[in-house]
Amino acid sequence: MTPPLLEIETLHTSFSTEAGIARAVDGVSFQLHAGETLGVVGESGCGKSVTALSILRLVRPPGRIEAGSAIRFEGTNLLALAERDMQHVRGNRIAMVFQEPMTALNPVFTVGDQIAEVARIHAGASRRSAAAKAVEMLALVGIPDPAQRATEYPHQLSGGMRQRVVIAMALVMNPALIIADEPTTALDVTIQAQILELLADLTRRLGTSVLLITHDLGVVAENCSRVIVMYAGEVVEESTTVELFAHAHHPYTEGLLGAMPRVGRGAERLATIPGTVPAPTAWPVGCRFRERCAFAWDRCAKDHPPLYQLGSGHQSRCHLAEEPNRRAHPHTPLAAASGVASA
Amino acid sequence: MTHDQPLLVVRDLTKYFPIKRGVFGNISGQVRAVDGVSFDVAAGETLALVGESGCGKSTTGRAVLRLVEPTSGSVYFEGDDLLALGAGDLRRVRRKMQIVFQDPFSSLNPRMSIGAIVREGLTIHRLAEGSAADARVRQLLEEVGLRPEYATRYPHEFSGGQRQRVGIARALSVEPRFIVCDEPVSALDVSVQAQVVNLLQDLQRDRGLAYLFIAHDLSVVEHIADRVAVMYLGHIVEHAPVDALFSTPTMPYTQALLSAVPAPDPGVKRERILLAGDVPSPANPPSGCVFHPRCQHPARDAACAAIVPPLEEKAPGHWAACIKQTPTAVSWEAQRAAGGASPPEFYIPRAALHRSLDTSHSSPASE
Ligand SMILES: Nc1ncnc2c1ncn2[C@@H]1O[C@H](COP(=O)(O)OP(=O)(O)O)[C@@H](O)[C@H]1O
Ligand SMILES: Nc1ncnc2c1ncn2[C@@H]1O[C@H](COP(=O)(O)OP(=O)(O)O)[C@@H](O)[C@H]1O
Ligand code: SF4
Ligand SMILES: [Mg+2]
Ligand SMILES: [Mg+2]
Repeated sequence: MTPPLLEIETLHTSFSTEAGIARAVDGVSFQLHAGETLGVVGESGCGKSVTALSILRLVRPPGRIEAGSAIRFEGTNLLALAERDMQHVRGNRIAMVFQEPMTALNPVFTVGDQIAEVARIHAGASRRSAAAKAVEMLALVGIPDPAQRATEYPHQLSGGMRQRVVIAMALVMNPALIIADEPTTALDVTIQAQILELLADLTRRLGTSVLLITHDLGVVAENCSRVIVMYAGEVVEESTTVELFAHAHHPYTEGLLGAMPRVGRGAERLATIPGTVPAPTAWPVGCRFRERCAFAWDRCAKDHPPLYQLGSGHQSRCHLAEEPNRRAHPHTPLAAASGVASA
Repeated sequence: MTHDQPLLVVRDLTKYFPIKRGVFGNISGQVRAVDGVSFDVAAGETLALVGESGCGKSTTGRAVLRLVEPTSGSVYFEGDDLLALGAGDLRRVRRKMQIVFQDPFSSLNPRMSIGAIVREGLTIHRLAEGSAADARVRQLLEEVGLRPEYATRYPHEFSGGQRQRVGIARALSVEPRFIVCDEPVSALDVSVQAQVVNLLQDLQRDRGLAYLFIAHDLSVVEHIADRVAVMYLGHIVEHAPVDALFSTPTMPYTQALLSAVPAPDPGVKRERILLAGDVPSPANPPSGCVFHPRCQHPARDAACAAIVPPLEEKAPGHWAACIKQTPTAVSWEAQRAAGGASPPEFYIPRAALHRSLDTSHSSPASE
């Protein structure tokens, strides 16, 4: 088997804050293979974005990646690279698409010039061929009238159009991996459909791998072959998407699936997960999901669950893997029983 | 749906915002944010208003409460003509009409305690004072799922979901009959969103509240709404009971909107209606049917660019604005006279039919 394109091993990223050390990413490991679109889901504050920023080494003080972490990409440990070499990786091999496209665009240059600049730096194109390349890329990402659009400034474009421009910029360098952090969260659903279709089409045609971070399980279902569920700085479940939707194991994953309204399900009452994600400065001992969990028992308060292997490619950080009978006896979670809902 | 006289009646509501240009602020045009919208809301029911950003949902909700002055039209609440009321009478009626906003961060005054925020309405409307008001505040906090002792704390100490509960308690304090919920769960994580949706439903059941529920997320709407109105560029383009809207989406825009909702069902490869381009500017809306430049109805033709489609009853209680979906009062002769080339025919693309696909839910993976 070919080695994975990206391999993250016990990534620890923390921030020193007034409230103490925030262990935002606390021992995350996963692999992403060439040509694959891997989903990462979880509520806000679970560490998804910090994981993405860590891969690109864009975590700024007071944040730091702890010793003992490893991020292997195309066989190289990125954490051991000199900053110069890391810049080369950022500019050529891994591209990033953020939720808010304006963060990646310069408001005072035309979008054509910005794409051309990337082409000049990364592909060594001449000025004229870079300008032509910019128009070609705008056409590739489905922007109508690309020659005209190339002469416009970011503020003259709609949110969906700007996100296409960012994707065009990312593609100029022909990266092996695109990290997309909530790329459609700020967009309307019809525009989201256009952008996701665009990404899927590009991965099909160019073989680009995508790490797709989202809080929307529907987006995962339609776009990702495998998925990682993050909770409280950790991976709590990993599996193929089909398996996850059919046989979610971790109570947190079950909770996310149950809370999601689905078109076609009518007015049935939504399941909820009581409580909220705990603070990263003080992760609970034992299972971090325990207070919100309807199955928690005394072992969950003491032992931090490891990622149990459930079957090929399916892992879950829940002691139910060893004591499945306990699923038959759900109870009111602590977070709900402590008087009032606390969302 | 009840057969009582509706609580709220909105007719031909219009709100144009002037576009000012240059140093003298000359008016160079108008944004037609809401362009002739009509609907009713009955006591105890939820009407959802859906559509993409900028289509005029918030402006509609605010104009109904006269938080923005409508350009024209009428709004009746319990029979009172709101637009004709003076300040004193308006305040009396407003007590029964409240609003909950999307952003739980900017909609609560950061310098007021939670208790003071909830208590404000009680004081303004002289509903309770002193210890009676204190007791009422505690009771309201409990009712929305917050601890009564939170009354002394400040908004920044709370999560988004908790703040949204505070906003709901504030709205409830004056015992309204009707609440405009302007994207109340759009900014929340799915687990928290479910808690707030359930809370809104419980409150409706216990208090007989009516909601105008503004949302862009159709899956949430299906859970909470009795009826749904779909807006596009300031117009209501479809309006139907929730089941009818989801099972027989009739206006081509509604069909596209439904097809775009990601299906959380990895075994099913869904078809999709991909709309070309973006929503046009409401300062310069297309002629005829405002959706015609993006429409994918197979019979779309020059008549669509020429004729403003009436919102007409296509099936009992199911209204849609499309001259190509039969039945229509806009005759084929009239359409042909306007340049039409394809006669109307009823059409629903497979991609718009979530419901029938989702029934095969536990279908095994097709990989
Ligand atoms: N610059 C920072 N300083 C302190 N804490 C941070 C910083 N950036 C992120 N965090 C914390 O790290 C945790 C994970 O954040 P993030 O990765 O952004 O979550 P997600 O993307 O899953 O919503 C959060 O608790 C957040 O508060
Ligand atoms: N105060 C205002 N001044 C000028 N234009 C406005 C104002 N408020 C809203 N608009 C415009 O009216 C249209 C409808 O806006 P809005 O009602 O907020 O839409 P939605 O809530 O559906 O996203 C948009 O084009 C918006 O830019
Ligand atoms: S380990 Fe225990 S508390 Fe954690 S999810 Fe599993 S059952 Fe619940
Ligand atoms: Mg994030
Ligand atoms: Mg709005």
